[in-house]
Amino acid sequence: MSARDLDAREFFFGHKACAGCGGSLAVRIALKVLGERTVAVLPAGCMSAVGFNFPQLAFTNNALITPFAAAASVMTGIEAGLRRRSVKNVRVVGFAGDGGTADIGLQALSGAIDRGDNILYICYDNEAYMNTGIQKSGLTPHGARTTTTPHKGSRRPKKDMLAIVAANGVNYTASASIGYLDDYMRKIKKAAGITGAKYIHVLAPCPTGWGVNTDETVEIAREAVDVGFWPLREYENGTWITNRAPSRPQDLERHIKRQGRFKIEKRYQED
Amino acid sequence: MPLKRLPDKAPELTAFEAGYLVSPNGEWRSVRPVIDMERCVRCGQCYLYCPDGAISPEISVDYDFCKGCGICAKICGKGAVAMRKESDYAQLHQRK
Repeated sequence: MSARDLDAREFFFGHKACAGCGGSLAVRIALKVLGERTVAVLPAGCMSAVGFNFPQLAFTNNALITPFAAAASVMTGIEAGLRRRSVKNVRVVGFAGDGGTADIGLQALSGAIDRGDNILYICYDNEAYMNTGIQKSGLTPHGARTTTTPHKGSRRPKKDMLAIVAANGVNYTASASIGYLDDYMRKIKKAAGITGAKYIHVLAPCPTGWGVNTDETVEIAREAVDVGFWPLREYENGTWITNRAPSRPQDLERHIKRQGRFKIEKRYQED
Repeated sequence: MPLKRLPDKAPELTAFEAGYLVSPNGEWRSVRPVIDMERCVRCGQCYLYCPDGAISPEISVDYDFCKGCGICAKICGKGAVAMRKESDYAQLHQRK
């Protein structure tokens, strides 16, 4: 898919996300691919905070906020309700952050995958609880500073969400990056054509929380794939496919050093 | 927040009319993208990668909703997008 194949209308417009927000780009492009007949479900998180500022609504399609732990359950309910009312050709898509997916909403997501509900769950991963001020989540990578891991950075590795949802028996899962939107759009289009539970995990850098400039978010998301920090993978029918091999793994150190969140003060550094 | 543009009648359901925007985001900006249409080849990359959807498919910038992040200037393969200081434009307005 390219820019020319997209719906020219905007479905997520005028939102109050920070300048250069990666998550808002992920939501905007996903809705443009999925089109008007989509119900967007957002648990607490950045995108619900910036999209629903009463009395403003930044969504042009149907959208609603759910309790934090219940994104996938609410999607199940909407899908069942639409089916009961014989409303055809409507997709249910969820946009949850990394905390709402890997920590707080994991049980609901696991349940929805187990039931085989026809939903598309998109996790925009900015690698911490950015909306409430950069607290560590289960998807914060090892060594990243947050306000709850202020000195030495996170001591825990990042959860492998793709392996978790694959082990739950999901029909289709893929990782994507806002640095490679053609790949992300292709995966959303593919997932939309599959019946059953689908999960897409998109890396969406946050300039505020990562300590990068606002114009660098797309570049850093692209670089994360190129250096092998965030491999682009797909899982379908029990097999894994790698979409893009790291093209310049030698730049990994430079990639980590340019992000403010990985800068550890000298007195806290370990030998 | 200016509320004078609200509809007279309260909506029947929970939400206001879709896409109903009260306040623009343009005043957040400290730099603004200016596109050189001579160099532009209409590839649409700036339109695609703009987090705010502030650049139209026909490549014109909506300065009411552009936050000035500068992603368009970085993504442009032709170097057609320049980020100019917003203060220059403010002075321009003052002289008028």
